[in-house]
Amino acid sequence: MRTLLMVLSYIGLALTILPSFFVFKQVISWDLHAQLMLAGMFLWFLTAPFWMQKKKDDTAS
Amino acid sequence: MSKEKGGLIKRLDGLYEFDREPVSKNKLQGASNFIAMFSGEHIAGTEFVLGPLFVVHGVTAPDLFIGLIIGNILAVLSWALYCAPIAVRTRLTVYWQIRKICGPYLTFIYGILYALILCLLAGAMVTVSATAVGLPFNMPMPKLTDTMPTSVTWVVVVFVVGTVVSLLAILGFEKLAKFAKVSAPWMFLVFVASAFAVLPKLGVTSLSDFWSVANEKIWTGNVVAGQSKFTIWHVIFFSWLCNLHQHIGMSDMTLFRYAKKWTYGFASAFGMFLGHYVAWVSSGILCAAALAINPNNSIAPGPIALLGAGVVGAVTVVVAGWTTANPTLYRAGLAFQVATPDWKRWKVTLVAGTATTIIAMFPAVVNRLTEVVALYGLIFMPVGAFIFIDFWVFPKIGLKSNYAELMNKMFSIPSALAWGGSLAVCLYLYFKYSLEIYFLALPGWFITVIFYITFSALEQKYGLFGVKSTNLNKTVEA
Repeated sequence: MRTLLMVLSYIGLALTILPSFFVFKQVISWDLHAQLMLAGMFLWFLTAPFWMQKKKDDTAS
Repeated sequence: MSKEKGGLIKRLDGLYEFDREPVSKNKLQGASNFIAMFSGEHIAGTEFVLGPLFVVHGVTAPDLFIGLIIGNILAVLSWALYCAPIAVRTRLTVYWQIRKICGPYLTFIYGILYALILCLLAGAMVTVSATAVGLPFNMPMPKLTDTMPTSVTWVVVVFVVGTVVSLLAILGFEKLAKFAKVSAPWMFLVFVASAFAVLPKLGVTSLSDFWSVANEKIWTGNVVAGQSKFTIWHVIFFSWLCNLHQHIGMSDMTLFRYAKKWTYGFASAFGMFLGHYVAWVSSGILCAAALAINPNNSIAPGPIALLGAGVVGAVTVVVAGWTTANPTLYRAGLAFQVATPDWKRWKVTLVAGTATTIIAMFPAVVNRLTEVVALYGLIFMPVGAFIFIDFWVFPKIGLKSNYAELMNKMFSIPSALAWGGSLAVCLYLYFKYSLEIYFLALPGWFITVIFYITFSALEQKYGLFGVKSTNLNKTVEA
């Protein structure tokens, strides 16, 4: 479960940064980049708190 | 008088009850924690303000890129070679170290000044958030020259944002601190992505175009009307000294007392080069893109972030302002608590939050952020100089370290004279030569050192302000 959450989180970060490179290279439109960033934001905040917190607890224990 | 003295000591001791002992070995932390802390703390809402300020002050591209490298390296060295070595040897908070050197009264004054400055900084962060929250309401954004509240909508939005930030700081500081840690890597990527996405609007479609466009359209060297001209020296000194309070002012002793080795001070490089290099460059690009599209466009954080990343940009500004205002407000509440012994933590934080909200209504705090940050560093710089000289130099020149503690003094006159005297000289230089405040910190440090060593020698060797150190053994024996 944790691995799945981590994978989803990293996809979220990828959706945050990668579309901008495609806008820069004029492969996608700015509007699509903004929508993909929005999806990336939701993905990151809906998954990262669970495994990031878990990792901290594991380290503490 | 003695009752007052006892009350003050009791308040200070009560507040820092758990911080007075050196950190034990089992509580020391690894380098990765320091890397995470620095990376999170220096990618903040104010980065959206500072990057554009270099653009409007007419910094050229070479001056910016070279100046930021030099300034940020100096900042990292200040943490690693000046602050961290003392922190890992004493393993005390800066408050306890000051108290040993300056006595409880000056520690009290330090706490109150610190709280007031923190309210100013939290106010700037609330202002940053408000520029994004106001976007859906077509709120007129404050201009660079505005100092007073610009509209009723502005006042209402700031009031709402300030109130929410204050209430959240009261209700769930710990949870928000965790949220801030989760936000940090995402926020950094939003900064970078926003800059990349607007580069085509400036005419950059390949990396080889970047440098020419950077010179011609971003950091052009042209000053926006009403602003002063910045050179490479401004960039170096500002990027080095914008966190002066934390490194040369030694407040990060409180952080580095948990470090296993002094070399963890180099972890600050992550905060400096991600936040104060990449994020400043990115927000500068956003600002230039906004002005290139329309010179009348607002370069407030909300609108420029919207330009780069759409809704996510606006959310980032809110989150960046909010997550940094939250711990700042919490620390301000802690510092104010020294003066309000019977008040609960929530009440003190509410007062700090109210002050912060009122401050945030004045755009001057953000528009003059470079000066606010520089002034904040200058006020606390002498305290760091006291700690440095007391720790390294005094034993070598035959003076006693931690003299206030040793002699059970409530108030160290040499520290007070050196603190007030150096600030007075710096203010004189500021008004006489119209220097930028952040150029004064370096000469100010040497002035403080000269004053502090002179007055301490007069006290300890000649008994000018009290008991001579040669009488110390007699006093202790008695």
